[in-house]
Amino acid sequence: MNDVANTKLIQGRTGPWEIVLGLEVHAQVASNAKLFSGAAVGFGAGPNAQVSLVDAAMPGMLPVINRHCVEQAIKTGLGLKAQINERSRFDRKNYFYPDLPQGYQISQFKDPIVGEGEVIVERDDGSTFTVRIERLHLEQDAGKSLHDQDPNFTYVDLNRAGTALMEIVSRPDMRSSEEAAAYVKKLRTILIYLGTCDGDMEKGNLRADVNVSVCRPGAYEKYRATGDFGHLGTRCEIKNVNSFRFMQQAIEYEARRQIEIIEDGGKVDQETRLFDPNKVETRSMRSKEEAHDYRYFPDPDLLPLELDPAWIKQIEAGLPELPDAKKARLQSQYGLSSYDAGVLIAEQAKADFYEAAAKGRDAKLVANWVTNDLAAKLSAGGIDIADSPIKPSAIAELVQLIEEGVISSKIAKDVFERMWAGEGAAGEIVEKQGLKQVSDTGALEKIIDDLIAANPGQASAVKEKPQAIGWFVGQVMKATGGKANPGAVNQLLKAKLGL
Amino acid sequence: MAIDAATVRKVARLARIAEPEDRLEPLAKELSGILNWIEQLNEVDTNGVEPMTTSVATTLPMRDDVVTDGGDPAKVLANAPKSAKDFFVVPKVVE
Repeated sequence: MNDVANTKLIQGRTGPWEIVLGLEVHAQVASNAKLFSGAAVGFGAGPNAQVSLVDAAMPGMLPVINRHCVEQAIKTGLGLKAQINERSRFDRKNYFYPDLPQGYQISQFKDPIVGEGEVIVERDDGSTFTVRIERLHLEQDAGKSLHDQDPNFTYVDLNRAGTALMEIVSRPDMRSSEEAAAYVKKLRTILIYLGTCDGDMEKGNLRADVNVSVCRPGAYEKYRATGDFGHLGTRCEIKNVNSFRFMQQAIEYEARRQIEIIEDGGKVDQETRLFDPNKVETRSMRSKEEAHDYRYFPDPDLLPLELDPAWIKQIEAGLPELPDAKKARLQSQYGLSSYDAGVLIAEQAKADFYEAAAKGRDAKLVANWVTNDLAAKLSAGGIDIADSPIKPSAIAELVQLIEEGVISSKIAKDVFERMWAGEGAAGEIVEKQGLKQVSDTGALEKIIDDLIAANPGQASAVKEKPQAIGWFVGQVMKATGGKANPGAVNQLLKAKLGL
Repeated sequence: MAIDAATVRKVARLARIAEPEDRLEPLAKELSGILNWIEQLNEVDTNGVEPMTTSVATTLPMRDDVVTDGGDPAKVLANAPKSAKDFFVVPKVVE
């Protein structure tokens, strides 16, 4: 079912409350050079080694926009099914901080490059909800301040200054910390599919600020019906939530804090708060300056960004298959369940691996091997599926052996272990270890005849109690080292025992 | 449009310009004068006229995504009042 977000009630002293969440995600644009300068973008270079005089804001330096970064923003907008604005412009957002040498950030305030779009998000139970995207704009990142190098001084590294970011602003359409995390995961998957951001949260290449407010049951529905934010509570913006776990902790702490203030007869102040992962709490950063205190104005160094509609069409034509479309296709083309398809498309490389292995094979069986046995081995070893020592063709070969009845599913597990250990291809291992399933009726008949002859009592008892056939099956399996074809054994036993 | 001393104090603080108290009133008068003069332009009917962003009829120039700059921390830090280990060093900032 595709509907608006589900809410979770929080019980307060004066009655139930609901959470309302909106997210501002900063995604670093995947590019070689910065948004307005020719300095490199990257992680781990020496301090100030990736800085041009433009980034350092030396007098007289002028910004020149990176065409690829613009293309990445358009691509992302199209991936979010959003309006691409053929005319946008850059504004200066003015504030003072040592890691912002210009004294302003070049951003897009009034006319962003991308307008309204949407993201369809899956919950754990398989249901979906829609998060409306308000806008996406291009802006510069700031540098990095290090406060722990010296007791009296702050050290500043400008390597990150000027790197292109896409700020993706959602509407307040998430109603629990789980939904907020699910939205970021989905957004991240889309960005990775598009190749417009690598989604690496540990390196800070994808960061989220969460706007949290609380309201009474029913108020949110009034907001959705009228668009009037007056129905919602005052929001606080929580910064520094750079992992899914921190995001959940920060949201839950912040909602509780706001409820307590209101229930004590107080008023929530609109402000920016910092999440402290050590204390698991949020604290006030600075009274959030009113929007006009940033004194935005059009950047006189940059002309408006005008996009040729033909260029937008060309970018659209080159879009890859996106997660939602891939999932639908995997379900219809291979007959997979929504769950299996969802697991496979979570990572583009996993879906690619699957499709390479499933060609001409039992698609469901291949899905099981890829999402269970192989996935477990890879995650235990911390290996990306793209670097899997077992290749798609090797999984296909293993599945073919099962399909053709050469080995049983049980033996296949053993063969898989040996494949993982590097003992070779499935066929070779089966051959070398003599694991071939015994379907040869002659050989099986001999074993069964001997068994019946040696156990006349059991053989006659089974006529009274047909389920006792299980004992015979067990004995045949034991005699063949588990290699007997269970179907053939059952058939022969029934005939020989007169069942 | 009249600007009062409190507004001047606030704007000066946002711009990190230190203005002594006795300069606020005179500045308020000067700024109000400038704004009043600019406001005369509001008398011109600009309905349906695109705001002019440049006097040159040209579009935003773009560059290719290639690395052409950087790699010289010494040059970047040359004018820094204080630096260490290729970092800019500034008075402690506490958030």
